[in-house]
Amino acid sequence: MSGALAFAWSGVLLFGLGLFGFIMHRHLLRRLLAFNIMGSGSFLVLVGLAQDGRGVDPVPHAMVITGIVVAVASTALALVVFRRWYRASGRTDLPEDT
Amino acid sequence: MSLRAGLAGLLCLGVTLALGWAVLERPQPAENLPERVAGAMPDSGVEHAVTAVLLNFRSYDTLLEIAVLLLAVVVALALREAQPDRPEPMGLENPLLRAVMAWLLPLILVVAGFLLWAGSYQPGGAFQAGSVLAAAGVLLRLAGVTTAWLDNAALMRTGLALGLLTFLGIGVVVMAPGVPFLAYPPEYAGTLILVIELTLTLSIGLTLISLFRLTPPYADDPDDARSDREARP
Amino acid sequence: MIGLWSVPLLFALPLALGILTLLATPAWRPRLSLAGLPLLLAASAAAFLDLALSGPGIYRLGDWPAPLGINLNVDGLSAGMVVMTAVVAALCAAYARSYLRDYPASASFFWPLFWFLWAGMNGIWLAEDIFNLYVGLEVMGLAAVGMVALRATPQALAAAMRYLLAALLGSLAYLLGVALLYGAYGTLSMAGLQHVAADNPTTQVALALIILGLLLKTALFPLHAWLPPAHGGALTPVSALLSALVVKGSFYILLRLWLVLGPEVTPAFTAQLLGVLGAGAVFYGGWMAWRQHLLKQLVAYSTVAQIGYLFLFFPLVTGTGAEAARLAWDGTMMMLVAHALAKAALFLSAGNLILAVGSSQIGHLVGISRFRPLSLFSFGLAGVSLMGLPPSGGFTGKWLLLHSAILSGQWWWLIVLFLGGLLSAAYIFKVFRMSFREGPQIDRSVPPPLTMDVAAMILAASAIVIGLTAHLPLHWLRAGALLGGG
Repeated sequence: MSGALAFAWSGVLLFGLGLFGFIMHRHLLRRLLAFNIMGSGSFLVLVGLAQDGRGVDPVPHAMVITGIVVAVASTALALVVFRRWYRASGRTDLPEDT
Repeated sequence: MSLRAGLAGLLCLGVTLALGWAVLERPQPAENLPERVAGAMPDSGVEHAVTAVLLNFRSYDTLLEIAVLLLAVVVALALREAQPDRPEPMGLENPLLRAVMAWLLPLILVVAGFLLWAGSYQPGGAFQAGSVLAAAGVLLRLAGVTTAWLDNAALMRTGLALGLLTFLGIGVVVMAPGVPFLAYPPEYAGTLILVIELTLTLSIGLTLISLFRLTPPYADDPDDARSDREARP
Repeated sequence: MIGLWSVPLLFALPLALGILTLLATPAWRPRLSLAGLPLLLAASAAAFLDLALSGPGIYRLGDWPAPLGINLNVDGLSAGMVVMTAVVAALCAAYARSYLRDYPASASFFWPLFWFLWAGMNGIWLAEDIFNLYVGLEVMGLAAVGMVALRATPQALAAAMRYLLAALLGSLAYLLGVALLYGAYGTLSMAGLQHVAADNPTTQVALALIILGLLLKTALFPLHAWLPPAHGGALTPVSALLSALVVKGSFYILLRLWLVLGPEVTPAFTAQLLGVLGAGAVFYGGWMAWRQHLLKQLVAYSTVAQIGYLFLFFPLVTGTGAEAARLAWDGTMMMLVAHALAKAALFLSAGNLILAVGSSQIGHLVGISRFRPLSLFSFGLAGVSLMGLPPSGGFTGKWLLLHSAILSGQWWWLIVLFLGGLLSAAYIFKVFRMSFREGPQIDRSVPPPLTMDVAAMILAASAIVIGLTAHLPLHWLRAGALLGGG
């Protein structure tokens, strides 16, 4: 049973690690990387939980593709806003954070 | 600082443990969705289950997901208009990179075409193909190859919107009394899905390229940014 | 259910208009948008009429049944939200058309973002599928972030970035909750989950993640820090849209999922805890609003406070009698709609006042009552609803909540309702006192375009009228409600 859930366990660990990075880092690029690690964690949980010996469930696979596209779009948007903010202020973190 | 790290560490440990507990104690699903998917496959118009879920059973999710992608570009375009970039030549003057590009580019296009076509019966599809196309666009940009058509704003916007517009149009066109939005007739489902995937591939590729191109190119130099900032009122 | 053809138009039309306004030249974007408004208003009205005539129904996208395909929920609640969105968004759009003439650099992309935002909101109101809700949340959230960033000033970009980080973290927590629920029950449909979901650790952790993610997105105290800079610093029509409608999106999902999963699964203290956080929001938001020096920041903190009232729903509806639960439902619905109208009116009239005196400082409003009475009157009418004075929608909502609290023996929420009203009065009168102080005798104020005053006035008047005719909207909003008692 736990063998089949290896992906879900990794997802749980990744989510926890990503959350720690998201809280601890101030540099916006690092926070975005942490966000992406958390995202990968959620996707692994989504796919991993569906592996229970009843064959492949295509629904979580499709959901993860949708999730990845959404994460790509969010990350790109965040990078665009971040670069504009850096250009306008010369800072890599948010003002109230320091 | 260390107190902060300690608290954050405790929080994350707690979250991880709770998640682990949730995974461990998970009940067996009563609903067997894979079985339903398998049962509906003959009417889906494609042979690969993931593609069937993405573009037929749950196509509404995919429609909204494409809207999210387009949204990111709209914001990037808006910010560029409000904070104009100085035109700056970008690209590495590297003859080797250019020479390799001449070999790589056709290959990339073939791979993208294959991924798109493969999607109907094995893993692959519009997003994967579009990403590969975008990689080609990024490489072209890095190699400093001039791409005039990418700078044509009207053409570019049309290309960006084409996928979502086609998807939406097909969703509406199939509607009739008793036939809801996005319900493709089974006999045309395969063709319609192919048309959607083709336009989506193009739009996704252009979207990702645009997102790359719409960030300020020279801001890496903070002095530059600062002088620019001081020049403004 | 035959007439449900109008339902897909509710998101297809705004998406199409979003694309068209993107393709059009900047000069055509507002024109196209104004032409599109009547279409979407008509579609919203049609969906509502359909509900009134043939009762609640399910719309099967792609003609696939629920766990396989995605269903849309057309009941009183979703149709009510669709109509509320249509009214507020249309008036904000009319306002924006005049307002944006002063911001040529930001103006042209406001319109595509506006339509995508509307599509995302309608998507959320109608959704019946918990993963579809995630995608809908992202459409709404990214459009909202884009609108906050539109001015591209350093402050706007920082506010947008902070908002985006909060929104992304909230979405991920929600998504992980969805992943756990799917892993445990194999279905994403709310109706399906309601049948099979049981009280076990997986459901509890999943629901906790979903609640936390949505609280962050709704900016409930103490997770509200991103809201004031984002809402207070944006262009005025954007502030109005975000405060009136967007924060309701995540609250709405929370409310729906609570009714599906909450009472059976969560420990008894969860509902009380949500109520206590709501009370904290009412006090803290009201206090902070009173302390602001900038007019729009004051209004933004007032949103933080008003969100708190919505969370009294949870303790009043969980484990109480059928009658108390029904009153709490009605009261929360009334508060939600009244706040949407009043807050949009408050932001729009605040924008008019700022335009008139050419400053966003509250202190610079001295003497404005003499010269811009109409703008100030809209502000006051909206304030009446926020304070909860009769006969406004805010009063009716609080009155219903008060009855529910008495009936369920939870007297402590009465203190929140009473003190919250006093705090709102304090910050609204702070603006009034300044405006009525004798100032310069010469009118130096700039008259805002008539459209902008009228848009604010209609919204403010609606916030009052809805209180007088409360039984009608409340009757419709109850149609097909998932609530056990009512």
